[in-house]
Amino acid sequence: MEFVLVMVAAAAVVLIVSAPFRRAEADHGDAGSGRSTTQVAELEAAREAKYREIRDADLDHRTGKLSDEDFRAVDGTLRAEAISILQALDQARES
Amino acid sequence: MATVGRALLILGLVVSVYGIAASLYGARTGRRVWVDSGRRSMYAIAGLMSTAFVILEVAFLSSDFSYNIVASASSTTTPTFYKAAAVWSTQQGSLLLWVFLLSLWSSLALFLTRRRVREIVPYATAILLGFCSFFTLLTILFANPFSTTSNPPAEGAGLDPLLRHTTMMIHPPMVYTGYTMLTIPFAFALGALITGRLNAEWIQVTRRFALAAWLCLGIGVLLGARWSYTELGWGGYWAWDPVENAALMPWLLSTAFLHSIMIQEKRGMLKVWNVSLILATGTMAIIGTFLVRSGILSSIHAFVSDPTLNISFVVLIAVMVISSVGLVTHRRVELRSESQLDSLLSREAVFLLQNLVLVALTAVIFWLTFFPLISEAITGTEQSIGPTAFRPFVVPLALVLVLLSGIGPIIAWRRVTVANLRRSFAFPVAAALVTLILLLGLVSGVGAHVFALIMFCLGAFVLAAVAQEFWRGVRARRAMTHEAAPVALASLVRRNRRRYGGYTVHAGLAVLLIGVAGSSSFQHSRYATMKPGQSANIDGYNIRYVRPTATASAQKISFGAILAVTKGGHRVTTLHTTYGLYPSQDASLGVVGRFFNSGSVESRIGLHAGLTRDIWTVVNVGNVTPLQSDIARGDRLFGSAMAAVEKAPAAEQQGRLNQLFILRDQLIGELTQRFISHPWPVQFLLIVSPIVTWLWLGGIIVALGGLIALWPIPVLARRRVRSAAYAARLARELA
Repeated sequence: MEFVLVMVAAAAVVLIVSAPFRRAEADHGDAGSGRSTTQVAELEAAREAKYREIRDADLDHRTGKLSDEDFRAVDGTLRAEAISILQALDQARES
Repeated sequence: MATVGRALLILGLVVSVYGIAASLYGARTGRRVWVDSGRRSMYAIAGLMSTAFVILEVAFLSSDFSYNIVASASSTTTPTFYKAAAVWSTQQGSLLLWVFLLSLWSSLALFLTRRRVREIVPYATAILLGFCSFFTLLTILFANPFSTTSNPPAEGAGLDPLLRHTTMMIHPPMVYTGYTMLTIPFAFALGALITGRLNAEWIQVTRRFALAAWLCLGIGVLLGARWSYTELGWGGYWAWDPVENAALMPWLLSTAFLHSIMIQEKRGMLKVWNVSLILATGTMAIIGTFLVRSGILSSIHAFVSDPTLNISFVVLIAVMVISSVGLVTHRRVELRSESQLDSLLSREAVFLLQNLVLVALTAVIFWLTFFPLISEAITGTEQSIGPTAFRPFVVPLALVLVLLSGIGPIIAWRRVTVANLRRSFAFPVAAALVTLILLLGLVSGVGAHVFALIMFCLGAFVLAAVAQEFWRGVRARRAMTHEAAPVALASLVRRNRRRYGGYTVHAGLAVLLIGVAGSSSFQHSRYATMKPGQSANIDGYNIRYVRPTATASAQKISFGAILAVTKGGHRVTTLHTTYGLYPSQDASLGVVGRFFNSGSVESRIGLHAGLTRDIWTVVNVGNVTPLQSDIARGDRLFGSAMAAVEKAPAAEQQGRLNQLFILRDQLIGELTQRFISHPWPVQFLLIVSPIVTWLWLGGIIVALGGLIALWPIPVLARRRVRSAAYAARLARELA
């Protein structure tokens, strides 16, 4: 009985671990597309972080922590940085 | 089923090693099929370890004493609740719990990142599987939970009485969840260093795990403190014990990490700092496990120790440190900051300072915790360090930390003007000053406790700063949406969970530290030896020993005392404290003596907790001298009777033994009742401690804040940000 249970566990492990090999389409070995995907993922992460920063600056301004003048300067800088990221993202996606 | 358990551990080790090889091969060749197979190895290990853990739990719940650890840590009379928790009271079960939780959280992390950070994931997988291999190997070679005996005892030794406490069901799994989750950002950080993908992406995918680890570790530490306060019978909640410190240090470092990663996300700064911080945190989590499991430093929290584990852990820690330092040095050029601080008057600067204080605090605690070992290595004599050695360093640093936790929320990112600063600081500073004046005017003797006074004022500063931030946020939200105040508050928090969750944590921390300062500086305690009818005074309270209590069963003898607490002639409360004696399995103590002289004891405190003060007491009935002559006589009589039973025909033995046991239980019951009929003086520890409850309330607020920050951002809100608002504005500016 115990031997059977161990064999069942071993068989389940083999099934789980070997699943990718049974799906031929899962093997994406193209290093070039991998690099591009990585770059897009990095830029998307940077875009999310920049959006969060813009939102934070906006909330800081609305809650009175940033003066109008400081907010304009900070917001302008952040938006310029966001635009650069968006441009880079478009280029990465096109490539 | 023990054979199945053992086989599952070996299978787990084999799969771990395969997974490491598959992940690294996939990473080197760029073949995703191998990377996916490596990732799935972790899922398989999670399944194997879950099954192994369930097998062990079933063995404990069914009191299967053929398992050595069940016989040593449980018994048929152990309540079911504690039978389930007894698994992690043993070295073997504890290590299995570690690898079980590690495989579970690692599987979750790898599943969530299966389509992200694709270059980093294979290396992170290999590192996490490396941890799995290490701990599985330990369980196989040195601490096998499935080792059995062919001659099982009829009864187990039972769970250590000190561990029969509700928090013990949750405390160890919480601390272990914290430790194991901290290995996830550690693994991803190493993966980022190996691949050179050092931007904020690895931080984004692991931030939630770092936060969850911080939260669980914090809850675990707090539950440990609560256990210490209510179970250990010394009246304190923190003793700067090595095991307590071992959990606190990674918590402090992860607190620093959670703040400093915001600077990297926003500004591309502090890359070296962040990666070093999380590598140190992960290493500290392993050091924490090492301290608890090895027993290398004596601790009231270490219930098992095994020096054979020392070398294995030292090797693992050395590998972690060397690889971390080597990789950070190798990538020092890529880790350069992308920008610089705009102003010293900015949230970035405050975070940086807060990080330095947290790291300094950790360094001090680390040095003092390991000082006994260091002194022994140098001088050959172990120098013990008490709590007093910590206070001169920890208290000032904690004060600076509280101040910064108040400044952080009210100062903006990047830059602030003096006028804005003045406006933001006015209310919190006023709150601190009003607190100072009120305390000096209303509370006598408070001026003598300078550090506590400063902590109260800084606590008021933080609470006012956080309240102001919530108020300003709600006002701004209402100006935009015209929502009712409660709705605006809920919307504000929902849309800015990280920010307002963080603010809530700061408020909770202030409440917690006010509780620590108040209870440690203004505590009154004394010992009093009393007989029924006698009383003792403490801090204006009269505590009268009304009557003794006593109960006896085959599982436990319990002596207790009912105490009436009055103040100025008015009744305040009635307290009941007990002192429990658990029978020993050591037959040499005598048939009766093993019930009274086992040394296996537990204290149940009498506690009246309130917002302003706790009245705490514990009775010590360790001295049973008045009963010793009768106990000795009982041992002699029953010893002779047992010997006679052994000579009787086999068929009659069991019946006679049962009769003897009935008589023995009657004698034990009568001896126990002697504590009521002829009470002897017993010693009480009496403590009146102000605002201890604030500590627990603060902890609950911190946990609530952590949960708010941890809760996923609604998909709707993210989509709106992505597509509508900012994209449209940016598009207009582009045009």
